[in-house]
Amino acid sequence: MSTHPDIGAGRIPAEAIEAGFGDLHPALDRNEARVASERCLFCYDAPCIQACPTGIDIPLFIRQIMTENPQGAAKTILDANIFGGMCARVCPTETLCEEACVRMAEGKPVEIGRLQRYATDALFSAGRQLYRQGAATGARVAVVGAGPAGLSCAHKLATLGHAVDVFEAREKGGGLNEHGIAAYKTTGGFAQKEVAYILEVGGITVHHGKRLGRDITLASLAAEYDAVFLGLGLQAVNALGVDEGGLANIEDAVAFIERLRQTDDLSTLPIGRKVVVVGGGMTAIDAAVQAKKLGAEEVTLVYRRGADAMPASRYEQEVALTNGVVIRHFARPYAVQGEGGALASVLFMRTALEGGKLVDTGETFALPADQLFKAIGQLFLPTDVADESAVLEMDGVKIKVDVECRTSLPKVWAGGDCTRGRDLTVVAVEDGKQAALSIDRALAARLAVAAE
Amino acid sequence: MADLSVDFVGIKAPNPFWLASAPPTDKAYNVERAFRAGWGGVVWKTLGEDPPIVNVSGPRYGAIHGPDRRVIGFNNIELITDRPLEVNLREIKEVKRRWPDRAMVVSLMVPCTEESWKAILARVEETEADGVELNFGCPHGMSERGMGSAVGQVPEYVEMVARWCKQHTRMPVIVKLTPNVGDIRKPAEAAKRGGADAVSLINTVNSIMHVDLDAMSPWPHTDGKGTHGGMCGPAVKPMALNMTAEIARSEATRGMPISGIGGIETWKDAAEFMALGASTVQVCTAAMVYGFKIVEEMKSGLSDWMDQKGYSRVSDFVGRAVPNVTDWQYLNLDYAVKAQIDQDACIECGRCHIACEDTSHQAITNMVDGVRKFEVIEEECVGCNLCAVVCPVENCITMVPLENEVDKRTGRMVDGSYRNWTQHPNNPMAKQPVAYDTDAALEPAE
Repeated sequence: MSTHPDIGAGRIPAEAIEAGFGDLHPALDRNEARVASERCLFCYDAPCIQACPTGIDIPLFIRQIMTENPQGAAKTILDANIFGGMCARVCPTETLCEEACVRMAEGKPVEIGRLQRYATDALFSAGRQLYRQGAATGARVAVVGAGPAGLSCAHKLATLGHAVDVFEAREKGGGLNEHGIAAYKTTGGFAQKEVAYILEVGGITVHHGKRLGRDITLASLAAEYDAVFLGLGLQAVNALGVDEGGLANIEDAVAFIERLRQTDDLSTLPIGRKVVVVGGGMTAIDAAVQAKKLGAEEVTLVYRRGADAMPASRYEQEVALTNGVVIRHFARPYAVQGEGGALASVLFMRTALEGGKLVDTGETFALPADQLFKAIGQLFLPTDVADESAVLEMDGVKIKVDVECRTSLPKVWAGGDCTRGRDLTVVAVEDGKQAALSIDRALAARLAVAAE
Repeated sequence: MADLSVDFVGIKAPNPFWLASAPPTDKAYNVERAFRAGWGGVVWKTLGEDPPIVNVSGPRYGAIHGPDRRVIGFNNIELITDRPLEVNLREIKEVKRRWPDRAMVVSLMVPCTEESWKAILARVEETEADGVELNFGCPHGMSERGMGSAVGQVPEYVEMVARWCKQHTRMPVIVKLTPNVGDIRKPAEAAKRGGADAVSLINTVNSIMHVDLDAMSPWPHTDGKGTHGGMCGPAVKPMALNMTAEIARSEATRGMPISGIGGIETWKDAAEFMALGASTVQVCTAAMVYGFKIVEEMKSGLSDWMDQKGYSRVSDFVGRAVPNVTDWQYLNLDYAVKAQIDQDACIECGRCHIACEDTSHQAITNMVDGVRKFEVIEEECVGCNLCAVVCPVENCITMVPLENEVDKRTGRMVDGSYRNWTQHPNNPMAKQPVAYDTDAALEPAE
């Protein structure tokens, strides 16, 4: 009879854990990259470029790989997307560039994501810095949040000659790249290497442990700096909607992933024998797969709708299935049961689509669980900018911005997950870049007026 | 089942697929393997006078690769056989004895003196080989010593040596031509004047395959220095086809038997040479890249195609395309085609558009009603075929002839009339300008 709750570290040999957390997509070697690059047709006005939120000139960088100039390819990529290395690892290419590839007509697109990684890896392993700080303009910009949106904005501003102070609540930069993405997607400490590369440009000072609303306020930043960019991300997780009864071992999936990402020796990280994950997005998949790789015997991912409605891509779903995660569709949790103050099982109600509406069928089932990870979407918490909320307009639950990422406040821009968008790294990077260009234009206009 | 057997200037072979004089035919071991694999004949690698030549011990071959590292161009700086003459002659005799039904032609290259040729011809006759091929083609190494292409580039030498050979042997004499000349018809005519029974072409093309940009030397190189080699392989096929056709249709050489060489990899390549007048073909690069087994595809492919077309023997179609090779001035300037894009097959890569837009006639859209779409603008299309050439989907773009309709670009009715440049009003030299007279073709009668 097993003890309850059955949560422990080192369920499988450390070597097995290490192997499991190896690279999801092994890097292409030179010959593979050549073969893959030769498939690109060098389309006119290529659909893949249109499909890339950062507009990377994909046919050009692939041609540069084909002609044995991978570092030139990396420059093409990073000029459009300074997080091109991470995006090569985490972008859902199957719903972006690769879906648009004209070779999908044969059912097999050019492997754009893996080629992008080949090029960026070549640059990073050569240790070559492509960018440098622009000639000083004298302007100072505050960036809140050192995630993809914030650092993309900071980097572009620095190259344009503006001095940037970045305020980050956590001790490490990178945002979700560092804390919220499955470890096997970004091995070898890549997230931190990429952050270091971005900061190496100069002119960017990162202040860690500074949280908006606690250590700094938007009002003070707006007063002190020429412009402010908010790349706050999402701070909270949607509630499950059931009475958790104060039971132990019910946790947000993002917290579990963050803990995992910050653990040096994964064989010391405890995991339940039976794990239930609720949700259908990337975070749910990342939590479920990593639980399995840590040695959980049974991992069940439960999603209230069908496979087609899952926010996680087909590819991500396949990754879960091939790693032994059981995916159950059309069920929602309605209660949890405990034993000695700890979670023992999760009770589910079956659901169905009736006339396009999701309804309960009345049928129920229980899943025994040592651990429950909640991954039903993250929330922006407007309390951090509460002191300005009267003037910082919201668009529903997120900060309202225009096409240039301008908020309702004249000196404040915002981008990434705290604004509209698709909650993708690549979209956040583009927001940061566009905001920086917009800030630069605004500052130039202001300097021109001042000079008159 | 079509009959693939051939009789080439009296040399009989079960099929027209012969291995060219080259490394694959340098010794009995390889030739035995080739015959077991089904090749119809070989031209034994070129014999010379003793002492044997010396090859470099550095790389002898270079290549240009296409996608998937397919060898599309191949070159070499290997010389003629580096084995003693006696050894080669003995092996030739043995192999011919064991394979009496296969063509055994011996390639020769000796200094330009009658005595040298007379002496070696006598030795070759003793082997009971079927014929000799005079190597007037090799462009590297031997040419610096006054042999190979150094002979082939001078029609008078070609004629002289061919005549010596015909005088001193009963064997059929084939002259192998170098493409490194301005007009291939001149050495072919010289060979004919000298009494040669046939020509074979092309030998390899002078070439430097690559430059090593680190070492700043040709690639491949021998201890840091490189020299031009001879190129062959699929990339030279178009040049070889043209030269074959020129000889086949030239008044002076018409009817002279031709053995076609140059980039032949498949039955189709072979059939193309044969349609232009070659009655046998010789292969080297494809065998060196894929091995001897390729002959199986060649034999079955040619045989199946001949069955489909109703050709019972090879001679039924040899030269059939020659009458349709003409001079530019006799092309019908009244004929007109327009590109047509199969929208169902189109994958929307846009290459047709950008090729036409940037470099040609602005005759293909990239957007129709705000949607990415590639359509031919007939008012601009000159029918040049560029779009069809650059399209990655075969047969997605086709060139459709206009028939009894107005060409929207020129406003001219295309009604099947014939008018070539010699008849065109824009030609100041036109003897008798005609407007629309289909029967007034001034092409010389065959």
